[in-house]
Amino acid sequence: MSLLNGMAAVKEEIIKCMKCGNCQAACPIYKELRLEPAVARGKIHLAGMLAGGELKAAPALAERFALCLTCLACTAVCPSGVKVCDIILAARAALAAELGLPFAKRAAFAALTQPKLFRAGLKTFARLQGLAFRRLAPFKMKPRFPLGLEMRRVVPPLATASFLDRAKEKYPVEKPLARVALFAGCLNNYVYPRVGHAALHVLQANRVEVVIPREQHCCGAPSIYNGATGMAREMARSHVDIFGSLGVDAVITMCGTCGESFAHFYPRLLEDVPGYGKKARELARKTTDIARFLYRLPLDKGNLRSLDLSVTYHQPCHLGRGLGVVKEPVELLSGIPGTRYTPLKDPARCCGNAGSFSLSHYHLSYRILGHKLKDIAGTGAQVVATGCPACKMQLTDGLTQENMSQEAMHTVEILAHAYGFAL
Amino acid sequence: MSLEKALTDLRRALGPHNVITDPADLLCYSYDATADVPTQRPDVVVTPESTAHVVQVVKIARQYRLPIYPRGSGTNLSGGTIPLRGGIVLATVKMNRILEIDPANLTATVQPGVIIQDLNNAVAPYGLLYPPDPGTVATATMGGSVAECSGGLRGLKYGVTRHYVMGLEVVLASGEVIRCGGKTVKNVTGYDLVRLFTGSEGTLGIITEITVRLIPAPQARETMLAGFARLADAGNTVTEIIQRKVIPATLEIMDRVTVEVVENYAHIGLPTDVAALLLIEVDGIPEVVKYEAETVREIIKKNNGWVKTAENEAARENLLAARRAALPALAQRKPTTILEDATVPRSKITEMLLALEEIGKKYDLLIGTFGHAGDGNLHPTILADARDEDEMRRVRAAVEEIFRVALSLGGTLSGEHGIGMAKMRFLPWEMGASGVNVLRQIKKALDPENILNPGKMVDLAQEEEQK
Ligand SMILES: Cc1cc2nc3c(=O)[nH]c(=O)nc-3n(C[C@H](O)[C@H](O)[C@H](O)COP(=O)(O)OP(=O)(O)OC[C@H]3O[C@@H](n4cnc5c(N)ncnc54)[C@H](O)[C@@H]3O)c2cc1C
Repeated sequence: MSLLNGMAAVKEEIIKCMKCGNCQAACPIYKELRLEPAVARGKIHLAGMLAGGELKAAPALAERFALCLTCLACTAVCPSGVKVCDIILAARAALAAELGLPFAKRAAFAALTQPKLFRAGLKTFARLQGLAFRRLAPFKMKPRFPLGLEMRRVVPPLATASFLDRAKEKYPVEKPLARVALFAGCLNNYVYPRVGHAALHVLQANRVEVVIPREQHCCGAPSIYNGATGMAREMARSHVDIFGSLGVDAVITMCGTCGESFAHFYPRLLEDVPGYGKKARELARKTTDIARFLYRLPLDKGNLRSLDLSVTYHQPCHLGRGLGVVKEPVELLSGIPGTRYTPLKDPARCCGNAGSFSLSHYHLSYRILGHKLKDIAGTGAQVVATGCPACKMQLTDGLTQENMSQEAMHTVEILAHAYGFAL
Repeated sequence: MSLEKALTDLRRALGPHNVITDPADLLCYSYDATADVPTQRPDVVVTPESTAHVVQVVKIARQYRLPIYPRGSGTNLSGGTIPLRGGIVLATVKMNRILEIDPANLTATVQPGVIIQDLNNAVAPYGLLYPPDPGTVATATMGGSVAECSGGLRGLKYGVTRHYVMGLEVVLASGEVIRCGGKTVKNVTGYDLVRLFTGSEGTLGIITEITVRLIPAPQARETMLAGFARLADAGNTVTEIIQRKVIPATLEIMDRVTVEVVENYAHIGLPTDVAALLLIEVDGIPEVVKYEAETVREIIKKNNGWVKTAENEAARENLLAARRAALPALAQRKPTTILEDATVPRSKITEMLLALEEIGKKYDLLIGTFGHAGDGNLHPTILADARDEDEMRRVRAAVEEIFRVALSLGGTLSGEHGIGMAKMRFLPWEMGASGVNVLRQIKKALDPENILNPGKMVDLAQEEEQK
């Protein structure tokens, strides 16, 4: 099914929902609000009315469909096998096509399709951000005045030099075990470049040759999840061009959402685009999350130093339920000598970030985060590992506001540290 | 614009945040889990936070002659929450506090919006258990399950919801608040109103507080999965287990159609080359559990079945979760799942199973049968597509025949899902005209203006029209 065929493409999916309500037990938003429009069953009913023409596109309706984390928790517990996320995305796309996207989102996504402009803009912002934000610590700051951000929110600064600014295009090694291309992703590139450098470090330490295509840009997830399907398709096409011709063994992502864009959405976005369907499927097949890649390599454990560290792991939704990367990060972490791993009670529960959801619904997002913070506190761990920069940002915000001592890190940062990478 | 005035009054009484009027939101309260029934959008949804709020809603509803449709999680299977005549949906979701756990009296007192599983999680640290266990234990509310007198997976040994409800607070259609029953083990003061309201499906009063009996959690249990190549062997095993005076906590059946879809969802290695699976759990004192499990195994073997035992808690949970998923899993096959709830005396279970097979053939319908075999409570689920009119005609004919067979075997229309709007017209078949008339008299006595869940269970409006 192409993601571009609008509501018609998900009609059968909508009918499959027999309204048992099982999603109520899984939906983090329903748990907070306990209102039927907040849960999958309600939204599927609305989608059905929209598809059948009984409901007209309206901003209020768009708001209902915005009230979803796309965390896939409902899909995972749906015995009828309804692909809820497909329905939500189709409805968002249909509504965006009729109503247009809100101006701010539109501007941001348009910028994302113009990588050069976007890069220049962010660089300027990185230099000037001190005017708008108050720094709390090297990697944390709070807004000085409302910027469409909550005043209490703790956000990371943009790096003055992005990962792609610093990284070279090629990192050859002697007798490589594998050749891979590294996809940075926006958040890692601009906000957490250390994650990229850490990944590079671990890959090189394991004799993996890395290429980092300069022209890479946003994976398109913000467009996909907000219904700007046309833009998403352009980005997909461009990445198929960029990564498709490298002849590498794998394309490595460091974020579950980026990974899902490459592995799950590109083939569907490009299915009907002449000359791109097969290439997109090929790219999808090669796309591998960094944790899974390292786990399968397998890692050279000989060079690992011991880290005296107690760590827990938060499973990002798109990485775990989306890409099925569940055990790999945990195995990698527990494999580091000296490291004590304590599981969260509910590692797969969404942290509430969900990208722009945390901007548009900050209070709700923070309430959802509250459960995660409690769970983290219960483990007594010093570090919360995770595999997604957006989760990392969300966790850091909460941990800081609640004065908790834990630090949120990408799994590969911890691993790199054990390979001698300075944090 | 009396509706506008009513909304203003509701907002004033409950606060605007507890009064929902956005059209898209209202649409989400037009259905429940019931297939093949009409949907209807209410005029307003209210989410009261206290008994006082509920009283206010009733008073405003009376003043403006608006019907009230009580709603918990909307998972019932008889159209019980559908606001047939518009008006007010009263959702109890915000009245979700556990008010007291009393280990000395083995009771808990809760507001109606508490989820059953949340109550069980809260009493578990005391070594206690609230036994009623419908398939929706993780979603259904205490209020909804009391109003339906829900059964579930532990009915055979532990009974159903009515055996655990000790006391209620109810807001009547008049706006008065009454309390009935309480914490005492014995209570014969007056008519048994607790039982009357339990299973009243929101037609007699709005339940605002519930005191339930808890039991000590069993010390040990053993959970078994048995497979049979013939349906009759599975049925006979059920009957024989009970004849041998073993009362399992759980004795569930799933036929092949059901097993296939459940395995497709759960991926726990259920064998699909069987005519039926039985899920059996015995619990209690370790020595007794051991003896009972042995007896069960013996009976299974005698009836040509194989048996496996769940090795740990995770494997047990998987089996139970798989069984709970049966109904929605069947929707993988076809979108419209017409589930019936006809129940027979447990000695007749084999006859009922075979009759269902026949009915499926006769009407050329795909039926997945699962259910609480030990309770004689099967859930034959007809898999259809509401868009296919011819098929739906055959479905309705088959449903009628299922009821006829169940009644002829000394059974009942509904074991646990209630009458609601789905089974109303069949009531006289079982109760006779006089029996239904008693229901009417009760309804009239408690809700003379017919404002509580009108159009369900007994239809007073019809009577008014006939006058
Ligand atoms: C997949 C699936 C499996 C199921 N398995 C079982 C099972 O094993 N056993 C079983 O018995 N049922 C089962 N059910 C049916 C259903 O889950 C139960 O009836 C459940 O207890 C209903 O709870 P609820 O909160 O969803 O109630 P709702 O559906 O919201 O309401 C049910 C009825 O109660 C009334 N009501 C709700 N709250 C109040 C109140 N406070 N005061 C007065 N009236 C009120 C409503 O008006 C309605 O008539 C199943 C349903 C599904 C979808």
